[in-house]
Amino acid sequence: MRKRDRAPKTYNRLTHPLVRDGKGGPLRRATWDEALAKAAEGFRNARVAHGPDAFAMLSCARATNEMNYVAQKFTRVVMGTNNVDSCNRTCHAPSVAGLSAVFGSGGGTSSYEEVEHTDLIVMWGSNARFAHPIFFQHVLKGIRNGARMYAVDPRRTSTAEWAESWLGPNVGTDIPLAHAVAREIIHAGLHNEAFIERATSGFEEFRALVEPWTLSLAEKVTGVPAAAIRDLAHAYARAERAQLCWTLGITEHHNGTDNVRALINLALLTGHVGRYGAGVQPLRGQNNVQGGGDMGAIPNRLPGFQDILDDGHRAKFEAAWDTVIPPRYGMTLTDMFEAMGPTAGHRSLRAVYCIGENPAQSEADSEQALRRLAALDHLVVQDIFLTKTAELADVVLPATASWAETDGTTTNSERRVQRVRAALTPPGEAREDIDIICEIAERLGHAWKFADAESVWNELRALSPDHFGMTYDRLEEHQGLQWPCPDLEALPSSFLHGRLWDPDPELRGRRAPFGLVEHDPPVDLTDESYPLRLTTGRRLDSYNTGVQSGGFASPLRRGEYVELCPEDAERYGVVVGEEVRVASRRGTVIAPVWVDPGLRPGLAFMTMHFPDEVDTNLLTIEANCPIAGTAEFKASAIRIEKLDVAVRS
Amino acid sequence: MTAIPLQPPRRLVEFTLDDEPVRVPEGATVLDACRAAGKDIPTLCEGDTLTPKNACRVCVVEVEGARTLAPACSRRAEPGMEVRTDTERARHSRRLVLELLASSVDLSTTPRVQEWLKEYEAKPDRFGPDAARLNESPKVDNDLYVRDYDKCILCYKCVDACGEQWQNTFAIAVAGRGFDARIAVEHDAPLTDSACVYCGNCIEVCPTGALSFKSEFDMRAAGTWDESAQTETTTVCAYCGVGCNLTLHVQDNEIVKVTSPHDNPVTHGNLCIKGRFGYQHVQNRD
Repeated sequence: MRKRDRAPKTYNRLTHPLVRDGKGGPLRRATWDEALAKAAEGFRNARVAHGPDAFAMLSCARATNEMNYVAQKFTRVVMGTNNVDSCNRTCHAPSVAGLSAVFGSGGGTSSYEEVEHTDLIVMWGSNARFAHPIFFQHVLKGIRNGARMYAVDPRRTSTAEWAESWLGPNVGTDIPLAHAVAREIIHAGLHNEAFIERATSGFEEFRALVEPWTLSLAEKVTGVPAAAIRDLAHAYARAERAQLCWTLGITEHHNGTDNVRALINLALLTGHVGRYGAGVQPLRGQNNVQGGGDMGAIPNRLPGFQDILDDGHRAKFEAAWDTVIPPRYGMTLTDMFEAMGPTAGHRSLRAVYCIGENPAQSEADSEQALRRLAALDHLVVQDIFLTKTAELADVVLPATASWAETDGTTTNSERRVQRVRAALTPPGEAREDIDIICEIAERLGHAWKFADAESVWNELRALSPDHFGMTYDRLEEHQGLQWPCPDLEALPSSFLHGRLWDPDPELRGRRAPFGLVEHDPPVDLTDESYPLRLTTGRRLDSYNTGVQSGGFASPLRRGEYVELCPEDAERYGVVVGEEVRVASRRGTVIAPVWVDPGLRPGLAFMTMHFPDEVDTNLLTIEANCPIAGTAEFKASAIRIEKLDVAVRS
Repeated sequence: MTAIPLQPPRRLVEFTLDDEPVRVPEGATVLDACRAAGKDIPTLCEGDTLTPKNACRVCVVEVEGARTLAPACSRRAEPGMEVRTDTERARHSRRLVLELLASSVDLSTTPRVQEWLKEYEAKPDRFGPDAARLNESPKVDNDLYVRDYDKCILCYKCVDACGEQWQNTFAIAVAGRGFDARIAVEHDAPLTDSACVYCGNCIEVCPTGALSFKSEFDMRAAGTWDESAQTETTTVCAYCGVGCNLTLHVQDNEIVKVTSPHDNPVTHGNLCIKGRFGYQHVQNRD
């Protein structure tokens, strides 16, 4: 056993291109010309030998809207496939899938400011106090203004400390809990009959579906006392305005989209959507995970969230881009990983262009992800660091940091498009993402000329009605604008779907369907061999795989621990700081113990912030949501073993 | 049920400011009216994102008919009131406040204070060299920010920002009473043993530089801090999806400080530890 290095690994910026001569060889320094030619050649070879669908683009939820627009255009126009996706798949794709199935649009329906002027806030599967601290300041304003807050989370988090009531369901029992809340609302006659009648569909089926979920059954399955469930149901239904917010505790499950639908059902049942102060909000995890999807860097949508299967939309883009877009959905990130490697058969991927993502460490079951990436014929990684993923690449292209070294826009959780601006000169030979993509496109026969980020944005505006009204000048003037913003004069509404309340059925538009979703417990069952439920999450001062947040000297950082409740620590006879072996059905890591009284017996917690130290994703399961493709990071079964003295030294 | 609550209509209030009629929206303060009229009233404890604390009294003005001087930062404009900003009484009061503060506190990093001392002919030296000072060395107990209470004027803005007005962390409070009052974490412990979450929202509101980025503190100590050579660029934070606006203060291609626009609808000037301090990764260049 290697002794743990307590200092997190710090990454230095990439300053020049790297190439690898033949698989297995080392990466060596190259000129831009050589690296770009090699990158382009590999993509061309894959397309010629195996067809356009042998290529996939991992676009970047951290980069600008403009970069994401160009990346998806490269995928669709230069390579001729819809295989483009990003790490939004590993977090909030179920939110997008759930919201768009119900409302036809994948964004959160409210604005932060509305949280300050609402009567009830439900934070479900969200530790926003840590993961979204400035959003939580709006929540705190709301609480100070008189709103009541309910926290639903298996862990009693620092968010729950501010709650009127904390409901701690067993991991993966969100649907029974939501159904029981719904049943209680219906039985108490608190559902909004007028809204249900006018704006929704499927209510009778939904009523029948939730009927078995009595408070006592729900208590048995979720572990939440019946009285607490009843209290939440009545508070939510009786509030004049209520906000329902969720984060990855809802989405990172094998049935994440179903979880999202189950929550949205509650908003439909009570009419808490489409009004100022009443809505549903997924809190997004990356600076531009909303924008990446809006820009079409997802396999099923063109820019402006326009469906690829719609002939009209496709024709518009085909005319603008002078190309033919395949009338079918491309691969999701999850499909892509399954299509890598020898077992994938005829649908296999041969060449991948990965921009600013680190899937070698961010995917569930990271051991398997590494093997798959290594099996590709051609991997091009464009990043600001030599990440674990970049170490596997055939060509590594040094990019600029989008938030501090480039101009453009990003879109936040409340659909607000905001300007990012270059403040620093990039190091060495690093170049802007858009320039690099265009250089490769040119080598593959598509000479695009974008004078600057604004010209990319204006091309997008011309194709996306929701963004048409957002000129750079207006974005500057208003400190960002929220989509949909089709008009160059009028300011957009702060909330979506006000149409659902329109008296005119024509204007009310498509009814919002109730989601008929069933309880499906986590795939990785706990048993005698793996008795503990491991869930994962973020800490306040750290971020994702830690490549960025490891770079500053946080006084709060204490490295990776496996966190247990005091009772479990006693049962296993372990103390704070003691290293233990943590084993799941997929892998084993060594980590020190931390004791957190916010956990309860049978529940353990780890982060993914220190993968170079403790690779938590060796433990997690790649059980994917069939609709959105998000893996069940939030529920694995593990056991804790004390180390014997020989190993510990 | 669909009614969107509209803001109550704001009427305009008309009053007299230095013998000129002015109109401001209902609820505006005398200070708002002064600023709208282009009058330069000194302020220290006033914060655009905070409820007025009326601690420093450097913004006082004379209101016709009032027994005492009124702090412009908190006094709301009323119809028909007559306000004078530059009377001898108001100037005298400001002078005294500036003299008392400048004699007891190190105001060397307080923006504009030298200008005001001159304008009001304040002579802090007249209390002699023995004027009470804290005489305490700066507290450097972590790598992110420094507390130099020799520069603290006890305006309480940091306490309000850390407490119920924004951050709700309550890591700092006023300890002691009267002349012994000072800002401290619980039991006056090092920050690293406190409830502090290193959001730096106290630095954002500190008017004197008593709270500063360690990067700024170190550069000032080395004599390399040069605001005239710095650029300020507002961009969007690279961490979570909330979309906080960051203003990067850059000197010699290095980020030396991060603030956020106080009128930004997402942040209202507040950030978390990652947004405020988590920038180093982009400048790990070799």
